[in-house]
Amino acid sequence: MPERAHILLCAGAACISAGEESFKSALERELKEAGIYDEVKIIETGCFGTCDLGPVMAIYPEGTFYVKLKPQDAKEIVNEHLLKGRIVERLLVKEPEQKQALPTINDLPFFKNQVRIALRNVGFIDPLNIEEYIARDGYSALAKVLTQMSPEDVISEVKKSGLRGRGGAGFPTGLKWELGRKASGTEKYVVCNADEGDPGAFMDRSIMEGDPHSVIEGMLIGGYAIGAKKGFVYIRAEYPLAIKRLTSALEQARNYGLLGDNILGTDFSFDIEIRIGAGAFVCGEETALIASIEGKRGMPRPRPPFPVNSGLWGKPTVINNVETWANIPPIIINGADWFASYGTEKSKGTKVFALAGKINMTGLIEVPMGITLREVVYNIGGGIPNGKKFKAVQIGGPAGGCIPAEYLDTPIDYESITALGAIMGSGGLIVMDEDNCMVDVAKFFLSFTQDESCGKCVPCRVGTKRMLEILDKITKGEGTEEDLVELEQLAYTVRNTSLCGLGKGAPNPVLTTLKYFRDEYLAHIRDKKCPAKVCTALIHYEVIREECRKCSICFRNCPVGAIYKDEDGTYVIDQSKCTKCGICFQVCPFKAIKKE
Amino acid sequence: MKTKEEILKSFPKNPDYIIEILHALQDNNPYNYLTPEDIKLCAEYLDLPVSYVEGVASFYSMFSLKPRGRYVIRLCDSPPCHLVGSESLLEYLEKKLKIKVGETTPDRLFTLELTSCLGVCAVAPAMMINDEVYGNLTFEKIDKILEEKRGNL
Ligand SMILES: Cc1cc2nc3c(=O)[nH]c(=O)nc-3n(C[C@H](O)[C@H](O)[C@H](O)COP(=O)(O)O)c2cc1C
Ligand code: SF4
Ligand code: SF4
Ligand code: SF4
Ligand code: FES
Ligand code: FES
Repeated sequence: MPERAHILLCAGAACISAGEESFKSALERELKEAGIYDEVKIIETGCFGTCDLGPVMAIYPEGTFYVKLKPQDAKEIVNEHLLKGRIVERLLVKEPEQKQALPTINDLPFFKNQVRIALRNVGFIDPLNIEEYIARDGYSALAKVLTQMSPEDVISEVKKSGLRGRGGAGFPTGLKWELGRKASGTEKYVVCNADEGDPGAFMDRSIMEGDPHSVIEGMLIGGYAIGAKKGFVYIRAEYPLAIKRLTSALEQARNYGLLGDNILGTDFSFDIEIRIGAGAFVCGEETALIASIEGKRGMPRPRPPFPVNSGLWGKPTVINNVETWANIPPIIINGADWFASYGTEKSKGTKVFALAGKINMTGLIEVPMGITLREVVYNIGGGIPNGKKFKAVQIGGPAGGCIPAEYLDTPIDYESITALGAIMGSGGLIVMDEDNCMVDVAKFFLSFTQDESCGKCVPCRVGTKRMLEILDKITKGEGTEEDLVELEQLAYTVRNTSLCGLGKGAPNPVLTTLKYFRDEYLAHIRDKKCPAKVCTALIHYEVIREECRKCSICFRNCPVGAIYKDEDGTYVIDQSKCTKCGICFQVCPFKAIKKE
Repeated sequence: MKTKEEILKSFPKNPDYIIEILHALQDNNPYNYLTPEDIKLCAEYLDLPVSYVEGVASFYSMFSLKPRGRYVIRLCDSPPCHLVGSESLLEYLEKKLKIKVGETTPDRLFTLELTSCLGVCAVAPAMMINDEVYGNLTFEKIDKILEEKRGNL
């Protein structure tokens, strides 16, 4: 039977959490009811990138893009769109200003301004079906490498492409492979770092959920290039869906003879094993990761020796990030020059970014290096919600920094971002608006690293704790200007004397906020005020008597019983009992509670 | 449910697999924790000292050495979730469940924990209950989820 339509339905973790599964059952039921179940093909894909609008789907041939789907929408989609060919306007994306609906996926500025290399298949194929990967040139890079290229050719192509590691530090990938190839020893390993722990980062998860074979193919090519027979993927246990999809992809690849002995009839043999983390951020650091795969407590060790010389079980080991691996097959197929035609002089290709925080389109994007922060935040991300003012963007995770509005025109590349005191990191972009307190943000990032410190070395273990105490004091309005001096000195000590990147990077959020938002620190210290009204010790909640409709909702929701009714029935907050949790402020339907 | 011996035997007798084995033993326990017996069996199977296995288990935050609830709620408290209000959700959950972080309800149904980023920051604030992810959380959504879990039994 001819196909009436082809539906790509996002089954990424965010869309699933938003109800994709129940929508899918409703859609299938309606298709059966309309008698066209056999004429419509539903493909569950990985993340489209527009996670905030989930669940989302695209109906082809036109590419009509429907968002925020609910089970009750299924009937209308089947009756109107699929049977009568009429677009269901109300389920389209609306442009914030024009209020105009955007019918197809290609009309969205969000997609128009992207270049997808690492994400080339994510959202377009069924990750559980290897045939779909193969149909889009999958494993042809592997075939090319095994039949037409020597390991040295592969390394020189990757070197020429200018690809740099996407896991944080930006080390040239081709060079790492060359070192791995030259390292002495016959037993070597490749490792895919899928520990993705940076808060605000989810590009690696989406690649593994949406296109697991691209990672497998990349690792096969890397294994061939350096002379390894075995690879490991180290995934954090917080990603059960990614683990499931990757496991199934590995099985299929084995069944197709793409993993195992004598791959594609050559004398190259290679296999991949998955290893699962157990909730320790520091295990993303390469030497800690090695310890963890070896079944030890995941603590970093000093380098050198670097893993390329002495990694897993003391053998040469090349470790690359998920996104780095996913870039390899297209580089081999299309050539180094093609890849290097994107990006800047020193940062070639594209980078995947995760947009989170106060931005209209939270989700995942891939853009050429060198694009400005402004383009990302405004043209692609759709700007700041609710007409609020942009304040800063935190880039690079807990070792990164906060970049203020003055620098929105900075091109995103390794060097420019570092020059501002932040780092490219894994690509998390957390946008903050006027309602966010920068001292609080710095404190929160630091408490993350402090919490995750493995405790092996003193500056990181003790220094971050002391820094946190000072920040805590400041947010309580008890800080002094001497504290600020000590905070800064400590930050430099921790940065310069910690053993691994976790400690070395921990002070960055503090240092950048001190540099760009010093007046906010001073407001907490001198005026005992939190300008963004975030720090609880410096604010209080009050019922506006004239506005209160006596509905008692706040009273019933206060977790500590701090709200009581006075003689005329108006509700009042007892400041001595209030813990400033803000629940009453959120639940009052009449905005009768103010925060000051 | 598998016996502990079956679980152990499904892994090579190789100390590298210790984390995998501990995960499997913990997942097999209805109260989501590693019993002293689990630790001992794992140590014997891999021919490692009990103290070593304990050391590994205590290093990783996902392993628990004390009983937890049937449902382990892990609310994300990383910065992106914090920016959009995870803190008030925490107070709300503590109030609803009448327990603090790290505690288990007396009916052994829920344990409340905090976790670092779950990688679904696009739908922040978020939490996981066992293997399931919940995003765009609000007080009402939490009410619904908890009711659903209670109803499951
Ligand atoms: C504390 C810490 C955490 C890290 N976490 C990750 C991670 O989750 N994923 C990752 O790919 N790299 C992470 N890295 C970087 C790795 O050590 C390593 O540089 C990287 O995996 C190399 O791959 P690449 O060259 O492809 O980027 C982390 C580093 C540090 C210091
Ligand atoms: S810097 Fe921190 S995380 Fe790194 S080894 Fe030292 S204590 Fe551990
Ligand atoms: S802020 Fe929280 S503790 Fe204070 S009155 Fe409101 S609900 Fe009660
Ligand atoms: S919720 Fe608002 S309107 Fe209702 S009693 Fe409280 S303050 Fe008054
Ligand atoms: S998970 Fe569906 S769009 Fe990201
Ligand atoms: S910060 Fe909560 S899911 Fe990422």
